[in-house]
Amino acid sequence: MTVGTTPYHSSLRRGHDGLMQLLHAEWTKFRTVRGWVIGTVSAGLVLVLVGLLASAGFHTGCPPEGCVTPPVGPDGEWVTDIFYFAYQPLDGDGSITVRVTSLTGLITYPPDHPNDIVPGVVPWAKAGVIIKESTRQGSPYAAVMVTGSHGVRMQYNYTHDTAGRSGGVSGASPRWLRLTRSSAVLTSYESADGSNWTRVGSAYLGGLPRTVLVGLFVASPWYIVSSPGLAGGTSSRLTQATANFDHVSLQGTAPGGGWTGHAIGVESGGPVLAQGGLMESEGRFTLSGTGDIAPAEGGGRRVEDTLRGTFAALIVVIVVATMFITAEYRRGMIRTTLTASPRRGRVLATKAIVIGAVTFMAGLVGAAVAIPLGEWILRADGNQILTVTSLTELRVVVGTAALLAVTAVLALAVGTVFRRSAAAVTALIVAMVLPYVLAVAAPLPEGVSEWLLRVTPAAAFAIQQSLPQYPQVITGNTPLYYYPIAPWAGFAVLCAYTAVALALAAYMIRRRDA
Amino acid sequence: MRQAVHAEWTKLRTLPGTGWLLLGCIALTAALSATAAAAVTCQSASCGLDPARISLTGIYLGQAVVVTLAVLAMGGEHNTGMIRITLAAMPCRIKVLAAKAAVLSGLVLAAGTIAVLVSVMAGSLILPGHGFTPAHGYAPLSLTDGPVLRAAAGSVLYLALLALLSLGVAAIVRDSAVAIGVVLALLYVFPLLAFVVTDPDWQQRLQQIGPMTAGLAIQATIDLQNLPISPWGGLGVLAIWAAACLVFGGVLLRLRDA
Repeated sequence: MTVGTTPYHSSLRRGHDGLMQLLHAEWTKFRTVRGWVIGTVSAGLVLVLVGLLASAGFHTGCPPEGCVTPPVGPDGEWVTDIFYFAYQPLDGDGSITVRVTSLTGLITYPPDHPNDIVPGVVPWAKAGVIIKESTRQGSPYAAVMVTGSHGVRMQYNYTHDTAGRSGGVSGASPRWLRLTRSSAVLTSYESADGSNWTRVGSAYLGGLPRTVLVGLFVASPWYIVSSPGLAGGTSSRLTQATANFDHVSLQGTAPGGGWTGHAIGVESGGPVLAQGGLMESEGRFTLSGTGDIAPAEGGGRRVEDTLRGTFAALIVVIVVATMFITAEYRRGMIRTTLTASPRRGRVLATKAIVIGAVTFMAGLVGAAVAIPLGEWILRADGNQILTVTSLTELRVVVGTAALLAVTAVLALAVGTVFRRSAAAVTALIVAMVLPYVLAVAAPLPEGVSEWLLRVTPAAAFAIQQSLPQYPQVITGNTPLYYYPIAPWAGFAVLCAYTAVALALAAYMIRRRDA
Repeated sequence: MRQAVHAEWTKLRTLPGTGWLLLGCIALTAALSATAAAAVTCQSASCGLDPARISLTGIYLGQAVVVTLAVLAMGGEHNTGMIRITLAAMPCRIKVLAAKAAVLSGLVLAAGTIAVLVSVMAGSLILPGHGFTPAHGYAPLSLTDGPVLRAAAGSVLYLALLALLSLGVAAIVRDSAVAIGVVLALLYVFPLLAFVVTDPDWQQRLQQIGPMTAGLAIQATIDLQNLPISPWGGLGVLAIWAAACLVFGGVLLRLRDA
């Protein structure tokens, strides 16, 4: 005998738990909780307002004679082009060969001798031979040189750098350098004895005129002092380098008339040291000079300087995105949600899509507003902004929005795993922001903080870096300008953490009772 | 008041998280401090490194745990609705807040003292092997040395003041997650902004008003004239932040429905 149960027949149409319905449900939940909407909007606002506050704090302080725009190199980037040049015109093809017998220098007021000018050579002090279009700053060139502690290098057009033989230069171990021009191709060689030559590298300089300048040069960049911590910061000291050359020989059609000594550009910072100079006696040349031939680093501001509100916005995003799931656990709403849609993985996925999408929009609008407003404030204060291609600017804007959006998804996943907002919020803020605080404020050595900025999800901030770092320029302690990881690689680190957290969250939400 | 303190002590003691958070605070502080001490090297007499600050680096991490603990002491009650029972039992709301502040400070002072002692001990064991020797002008790290004692005791006080600040913020915003976000933003965003701006006046001002940048000046034992703010002055700034948040939180607790 069986008792049949009456099947339940509702007069309502059967509901679906398809992806669209779930998205609609989650969007409705998000939209109707006032705090979450206010939170997401304020993340965008904080991005703009804190960014503007930071922008207002940049007073570059132009010298009394007014702001000077740096020269522009052949590839359109800002460059430093300051050195002492002893040159002759060279008509058509030819070459120059010299022997460098010493490279010495002076450093003004280093930290251990704050009141003295002491002997010392900075790592990227340069002395060698150069072929350059003209004495105009920013004009194309190629050069082969000995350096303070990076051996022989060939460099051309400011950004390109090739290493040759390592080791310093002295009377006992001199370096022979040769630079040849064959129409638009410039090739450099080096030798320890003047007979066995090794090719260092070559450069193609299109558009080089028939008559160029060929000669000897010396440059010595700023000595960078960076001290970590609360009282820290980066400061720079003027330096000068002096090099001795002999066995100077010039092949090719040169009108002759001897060497002209000329300081290209002037290093700002006051006449602490005598201007560079040229001394010649019996075929021996002594040149001293200050400056650098390299991409410009200091002075201008960058696009990402207007986006410093990202840290504050990120904290808001972490709080909102965590609560998007933990509030359901706290209120018991999760049981209703999972009853309506028993496929729990799908619930998690739709929540991730909704919180990611709204955060992305808030970040996109915030970044798109913060950049022009911030640049306007920076320019009004007399700052110059280092220009980047619009593709790079797009990467910075979209990258900032994506950084916030992926962090929101990570927060959602961590919130699902912890089911408590306090622990999840603390863990995420510590993982995303503390590495930068340690890098700029704590007495940690640079190596440790750089390692932290590579392996924690904080690496994703690298997506905001607009200008590449050149190894041939020393910049000091700059964790928020040059990230120790490539832009997309840093973003990938965050995505990897998010993927792992999402997988763990999907596993946990399926296995645990709600 | 004794009953209020006893009640708060019982509540905090019986929460499953409290013990773990206190342990976590000690472990994380000591671990980061020891890592920092093991990672630095002083190569010459002019390396300009501060051994006391290095061996107390862990406070940067440990403070996040203290913030969580302090926020949960207040925000947890709001999140679960327990606050209504508490206030029904003890209608004098200011007394509730004062009792919470007293119990919390006691716990944080105790845990902070252990964390700082372990950190300083790790520093005094590790640092001499990394160039912090009398030859480089560094006396052995010891709490009998006035400035080191000030740095160590100040760091414990820093944690306690931070707990009070967090309690005040939790009373204001009444939600744990939001309160933690607000306090950690207050702590972490100031040093980052101070780092990026180039104007030295702005830089100094941001470091002087930031609760963490000002408060941690207490850890400095060398180069005191270059600090953005004097050690005790900096701790004073944090005390003002804590007092302001507690008073505002207390007023709101009295005025609002729970």
